Parts: sequence; C-alpha cells; structure tokens
Amino acid sequence: MLHLATGENLDLPRMTASVSGRGIAHSFDGLTVFDGFDLEVAAGETVALVGPSGCGKSTLLELIAGLSEPDRGRIEVGDQSGAAERLSLCALMPQTDCLLPWYSAIDNAALALTNRGSRRSEARAEAAPLFERFGLAGFEQSRPRELSGGMRQRVAFLRTLLSGKDVLLLDEPFASLDAITRAELQEWLMPSLTDGSHTVVLVTHDVEEALFLADRVAVLSDRPGRLLEIVDSPPAEGASRSQQVTATAFTALRERILSLLREQGSGPLVDAPGAPR
Amino acid sequence: MSGRKGRPGRALDWLAPLALVSFLVGLWQLAASTGFLADRLGLEEFLVPSPAQIAEVLWQDRALIAENAWVTLVEIVVGFLIAVVVGLGAAVALHRSELLRRAGYPLVVASQTIPIIVIAPVLVVWFGYGIGPKLAVIALICFFPIAVNTLDGLQSVDRDLTRMMRTIHGSRSRIFWRVEAPTALPYAFSGAKIAVAVAVIGAVFGEWAGADRGLGFLMLQDNAQLETARLFASVFVLSTIAISLFAIVSLLERRILRWR
Repeated sequence: MLHLATGENLDLPRMTASVSGRGIAHSFDGLTVFDGFDLEVAAGETVALVGPSGCGKSTLLELIAGLSEPDRGRIEVGDQSGAAERLSLCALMPQTDCLLPWYSAIDNAALALTNRGSRRSEARAEAAPLFERFGLAGFEQSRPRELSGGMRQRVAFLRTLLSGKDVLLLDEPFASLDAITRAELQEWLMPSLTDGSHTVVLVTHDVEEALFLADRVAVLSDRPGRLLEIVDSPPAEGASRSQQVTATAFTALRERILSLLREQGSGPLVDAPGAPR
Repeated sequence: MSGRKGRPGRALDWLAPLALVSFLVGLWQLAASTGFLADRLGLEEFLVPSPAQIAEVLWQDRALIAENAWVTLVEIVVGFLIAVVVGLGAAVALHRSELLRRAGYPLVVASQTIPIIVIAPVLVVWFGYGIGPKLAVIALICFFPIAVNTLDGLQSVDRDLTRMMRTIHGSRSRIFWRVEAPTALPYAFSGAKIAVAVAVIGAVFGEWAGADRGLGFLMLQDNAQLETARLFASVFVLSTIAISLFAIVSLLERRILRWR
C-alpha cells in the first residue's frame, strides 16, 4: 500500500473557502428534497454526507456547486452566494467518472487546465507528475475505455484536483468499484484530502468510507432531508487503513451511524450505486 | 460498413458480395447471349445487351463516358459538400435555440418531402442550364439526412458531461467543441453516408431536368436513341461513383472516430 503526500507539488491555492447552507428548501420533479436544511463546513475541512438513498445528497452537491439555485435558502461558498460565483469556486466529481472517450487519459485529467486556456503541452506537463504519483504512469496516452474502473476513477479524481478549485464536491466517487480497489483509492486519496488545502464535501453510501476519509460525518434523514446528527470521526489509530477501521472507537461510531440510518427505514448499504436519487 | 478489424470474417466481407455479384452477372450473361431474354420480352437483341456487350461499349466509348462522368462527379461532390456545410450549420442552430428548433424543424422535414423530380425543372427555369440547378437538387436531397442525424446527435449529449465541464471552467464554446461536437460526430457521419448514396440520384434528376452534359444527360440521350448497352454502361459508372464516395466517407469516419 502506498501513502502519498499530495499537495507539495500541487500548485493549489492555500487559502480555501468554507461552505455554508442555511434554510435550504428545494423541490425536484415535484418531490420536496429539502425543506429547511442547514450545513456548515469549515475551510479546509472534509465533511461526509451519509443518508438513505433518495434523500437528496447528490442534489445538495449540485446546489452547492452552483449548477442550480435552491428554491429557498442561502448557500455561501467563501463569502460568495451567487450560483456563478459558487461555480467558480467548486469542482464536482460526479458519480460516474464522466471521462471524455475521445481524449486520452492525460488530456482528460488536464481538461480544467486546457478549459482555462492552457496550451495542451503545458497542461500535460502539469498533469504528468500526478500520473506518476497516482499509479497511472504509462497510461497517459490510453483512451478511457482501455483503463480499468479504478484507473478511470483516479483520472476523474485528478481532473477534479487539477481544476484548482478550493472546494471539492465528491459524489460517491468509489461506489462503482470493488471493495479492494475502493480501499486502495481511499488510502491514495486520504492525504490529498486531509492536508487542509481543500474543503471537501463527500457523498457516500459507505459509512466506513465516510468515517475513514472525513473529519466529520453528517447523517441525513429520509426525504425531505434533515440533518439528523453530525459525528466527529475518531482520530486515526494506527498506520494502515485496516488498523484504523477495526479500532474500537471506529467500529462503535460506525454502528451508531448505521443504527441511526436503520431507524430511517431504508439502510444505506442495500441500494446499488446509481439508484434513483 | 463498421470496422471489423482483426476478425477472421474479414475476407468474407468482400468475398461474399463479390461471389453473389459474379453469379448474378453470369446468369444475366447467359440469359442475354443465348437470346433467351430478348425472346421472352419479344424484343430485338440489341435492346437487351449482355454484360459482355456493355463492357465492350464501356471500353469503346470510354472517352465520351469519362468526360460526362467527370461532370456528374463534380456536381455530386460539390452538391454534397454544400449540404454538409448547410446541414451541420442548421443542426447546430436548431440545437442552440429551442425557439428555432420548434419553428424550423417542420421546415427541415418539409425539405425532404419536396418531390425532386418536380422541383428540378423549376430550378432550371430559375437558374438556367448551368451547374447551379444540379447543385441545388443534390444539396436539397443530401441536406435532410445530415441535418436530422446531426441534430439527434447534439440532442443526445450526456447531461452529466456538460455539468462536469461547467464545474471545471468549461465555457459554452469549450463545451460545444469538447463534448457536444464529438458526441454528434458519429451521427453526422451516419447522415453523410446516407446523403452521399442518394446524391447520385439527385445528380441524375438534376441533369434530366435540363443539361447538355453529364451521365444523366447521356443516359437520357442513349435511352431516346435506343443505345441500351451504353445506357447500362453509364448506370454501371454511376453506381461505381456512388460506391466509391460511400467508401471514402466510411474511411474518413474510421479515421476520425478513433475512440470508438
């Protein structure tokens, strides 16, 4: 297993933005997804959202990202509350990898740079060290369909990282992966998330993943989504992932969150990735 | 025509049609050269030429046929290219504007319902005997499959991809060139392949309405003068042009759509 300290070579802004939502109410397709929802994420913090499927977690990320405005309530990223301003501060990593099949892996990863007007060669040069670091060396020129699911997800993660945005919104980034690949990526991701260079909101079905990756875990209720409880993750005990997730404090918290979710009716672990949100 | 590289059936792709065509031509040769066909139809033998006779005429009159084929080829290629430009432009315009799509789509469909054989003589009255009316007829015939297919492609863009682009500094034009256009390209090629195959028919109609050269013109004359063998020779050349152009578009498609 590799432990990689990302952040040192990454030319990312050191000042990052907080995320705050107050009194968010939103309907989608005639369904009331939120009716007065509050969330505070401090700058540089990682918060995971867990909740029954269909409780509007993905919708919340889109609202924060500024892809749409809530019907009511106020969302601020940094001190900006307009959708366009939020969009300029947030990067969203969707559930599916959303790689463009007509571009090579490295051009996909560097998409944010060329979108901003960088020359393709410069963008590739900037992305190349990250390919090395994320175990993608040698696959720079591969098309997405030639990559495994785990590799595609890593490229998608690099693309999000290279956007240079302060706030990363990750929507079940590992849901489509097998357990081993998922655990590997969690360990790869860990350092680049928790170094405080980004504010991260992570949506996941996996309580273990939430507790492992995030500083705090927000447990959401069934629709319309309310914040049931916000739980501080236990301090990391032991070096490896398997040591951490088997520590007593960790498993106790996991069981508590799971029982909270079970009271909501539908367990978070029973539904498949891509189920209706 | 899709790429089947590396499959053992590759040789079969051209062997099978070749065998079938050879068989049919052989059958025709037999029926014509024995006088069976003419007998059955109650016609003079020269009106029912055999493939060998057609080939002979094709060789004898090669200069005349080539000269007229060149005229028709130019008409087809230019008319087709006009349709590509106008068709792609129309598809993008209709895609961009909901209002334009609602207003313009029926018009696009209507363009295909125009009976070409009726409109062609009118175009000749309007634009004269030159290349203009032929280009108009060909472009009109080719426009529809290109515009409709490309529009379908543009409309089928994955919303997740455009949303992803918006969160990573993707401007409207970058989203178009990087997401929408590549998504629509395979559709546009499908349309172009249909268009290039029917372009030949457009050229013949255009020439029939009024022309003093071209394969369509030559066919009309040969028909009137009962030069049936040369008429068939022209049909053969026309088909060859259509098949070649189709193959060129298919090749281009495989070259450009590398990611598929």
